[in-house]
Amino acid sequence: MTTTIEPRTTLPERAADAGHEVRRSTGSTRKADLYVALGAAWGSLALTALLFTRLAPFDGTLGFVVLAFVFFVAFYGLLVGLDERGPTVRDRIAAVLVHGLAVLMLIALVVVVVFTVYRGLDALGHRNFYTQDMRDAGPLQPLSIGGIRHAILGTLEQISIALAVTVPLGVTAAVFLAELPGRFSRFVRTIVEAMTALPSVVAGLFVYSSVILLLNQAKDRLPEELRWLAVGKSGFAASLAISVMMLPIVIRAADVVIRLVPGTLREASLALGGSQWRTVWYVVLPTARSGLMTAIILGTARGIGETSPVLLTSGVTAYTNANPMREPQISLPLFVFNSVTRPDAGMISRGFGAAAVLMFLVLFLFAVARIIGGRPAGQLGRGQRRRRAGRSYRDAVRFAGRERARVTNRDDEVST
Amino acid sequence: MVLLEDSRATVTPSTPDGPDDEPRAVVTRLPTSDRVFRGVARVAGSAVLGIMLLVGLFLSVQAWPAVRKAGWGFLTTQDWDTEGNHFGVAGVLVGTILIALVAITIALPLAIGTALYISEYAPRRIAPLLVNLVDLMAAVPSVVYGIWGFFLLQPHLLVVGNQGEGLPRWLTTYFGWIPLLSVDEYQPRDPEASASRLTSSTFIAGIVVAMMVTPIIASVMREVFAQAPPGEREGAYALGATKWGMIRSVVLPFGRGGMIGATMLGLGRALGETIGVVLIISIGFVIQPHILQNGGGSISALIASRYQESTAIGVAALMGAGLVLFAMTLVVNLLAGVIISRSRSGASSEA
Repeated sequence: MTTTIEPRTTLPERAADAGHEVRRSTGSTRKADLYVALGAAWGSLALTALLFTRLAPFDGTLGFVVLAFVFFVAFYGLLVGLDERGPTVRDRIAAVLVHGLAVLMLIALVVVVVFTVYRGLDALGHRNFYTQDMRDAGPLQPLSIGGIRHAILGTLEQISIALAVTVPLGVTAAVFLAELPGRFSRFVRTIVEAMTALPSVVAGLFVYSSVILLLNQAKDRLPEELRWLAVGKSGFAASLAISVMMLPIVIRAADVVIRLVPGTLREASLALGGSQWRTVWYVVLPTARSGLMTAIILGTARGIGETSPVLLTSGVTAYTNANPMREPQISLPLFVFNSVTRPDAGMISRGFGAAAVLMFLVLFLFAVARIIGGRPAGQLGRGQRRRRAGRSYRDAVRFAGRERARVTNRDDEVST
Repeated sequence: MVLLEDSRATVTPSTPDGPDDEPRAVVTRLPTSDRVFRGVARVAGSAVLGIMLLVGLFLSVQAWPAVRKAGWGFLTTQDWDTEGNHFGVAGVLVGTILIALVAITIALPLAIGTALYISEYAPRRIAPLLVNLVDLMAAVPSVVYGIWGFFLLQPHLLVVGNQGEGLPRWLTTYFGWIPLLSVDEYQPRDPEASASRLTSSTFIAGIVVAMMVTPIIASVMREVFAQAPPGEREGAYALGATKWGMIRSVVLPFGRGGMIGATMLGLGRALGETIGVVLIISIGFVIQPHILQNGGGSISALIASRYQESTAIGVAALMGAGLVLFAMTLVVNLLAGVIISRSRSGASSEA
């Protein structure tokens, strides 16, 4: 018996020179897809134009766009269907629909912003629009007289007072809800969540009927110390209404953020011997900082922009009033509402200008929120990373020096 | 159980000569800082609770005279004559619900599309930008959407010119046989027909409100979609699913609870929206089921337009209306909260 031992692995025979491999593209779009999309778009536009101008009694921009999109989806599905099978066709159509909806949303946002700024440009171009109030500007005065200084001042003062009330109270209450769980805090959380449903106009109505109507009727019977509360229609009443509306929003958002802090971090701090207070102050709040910032800023944006609570509580005035405790004090959203409901073009222009200013204010707040609280704890910016690398390098140098000193000391001891 | 009953199950080591060990009383002594911290936190919690309860109680107490006077008629009367003692919220209540329904019908597909685009289709690089854009859209003041609706949407896109060309006319011409979409005393084919029958309608107010609630719904949905487990996504792809197949079989079923919750959250906001509705609609107190027709109204618009009534009973009646609105949004929001927290997306980070 002779057995031939077969080689265990066989090497494939290679051509002498295979050439270098060409890198494959792993992208999933092919050129044909692009052509199909372009063709469908062209076809749908052409057919819609034909329908609108020659065949059918259709008109209107909106109808044109909608019909063109419907045709586009149909043509695209048809063209893809020539090459592909059912699931792929459905996939492509779904992708087109989703893209279309997202683009529609984007267009809506752009249109809202651009339209407001465009209509407000007349007013925004005048410098007096920012430095004067409306005391000299009747409805028929040109735009070179009068401005929104009083409304900007009012908005800033009212939101400042509201923030001074809601931020400390709201964040502390959120810490209470998240850090001291129990039956009482569960009850408070339920009530707070219920109050986030409070419509803003009802918050305004509450302050209107309590602070403005009831306290003013009872002004003479109030004890001397409480009489300052009976302020009538004023900036303070408006900021109370904004606070009532913002407080549940801020608490709820902050509570969610604080509860997202990993329990292991808390336990690590407690295990190192930190008290609960130190754990909250040095671990929980810094970790949740960015989320807390976002919660506060979003609440602020809501509070600044909401018209209905202010409509009922602050009163309308054409004069600059820096004192929130006395006399009506108008704010930007109320100014917008008040001017666009007038019939004359100048006031409407001013209203749009004020709306643009209000929008920029909100945008500015948003940018601030992203810059201050943009990164979650633990993710460092470039400067922070560089400083950390520097600290680490200095530590390494220090350790190396200590090690060297230790070694030379030992050598000295040995030699003696 | 045996182990528990037998006290000797665990043997405490004791020194041979000394006295037996006794269990120590475990006392946690809080440091002063902790006691102060807990005290302050409790006070803040109680203060918030106090404020919230005060608002609720105050509204109820103030509304009581009007509600007692009107009785159940408060919910069924279609008039607002507080002097003549004939007032009720039936008309505006129906109006509120209709506006909110129109808004949700428009907002829902838009929000789903936007959320899906951001979480599934958008290139990774621009997705964070889009998230910010949607959040920004949610922060745009409602009065801005209101003037957009009043000065651009209504006169230039929906009811154009004297003939009122646009979507509402088209809808009522071809679908007028549906009672909801019919318009009284309006002949679409009559060249003399005035466009004013079609302006200031529930439908247009609903579109404006939809613009306000879409970003809110989209932002919640996007978070829910983003939390669909990557393992199951990859599983679907590995089985040969297309992207849409994966979305249908993983992302949407996973996010169903969150989607319903987000929609109800948006519905809550839509019910309470004020300024957009006030700017568009001329308020009426009769039940107006034709959404394309001039007129309608909502409770919030009623409050905003009538709060200056000097009579005590007038203010009390508005309080009652506000309370009805609050009750509605409360129920919707609570349901939304329950549904969102039941969905898997609400897992805490402790697990």
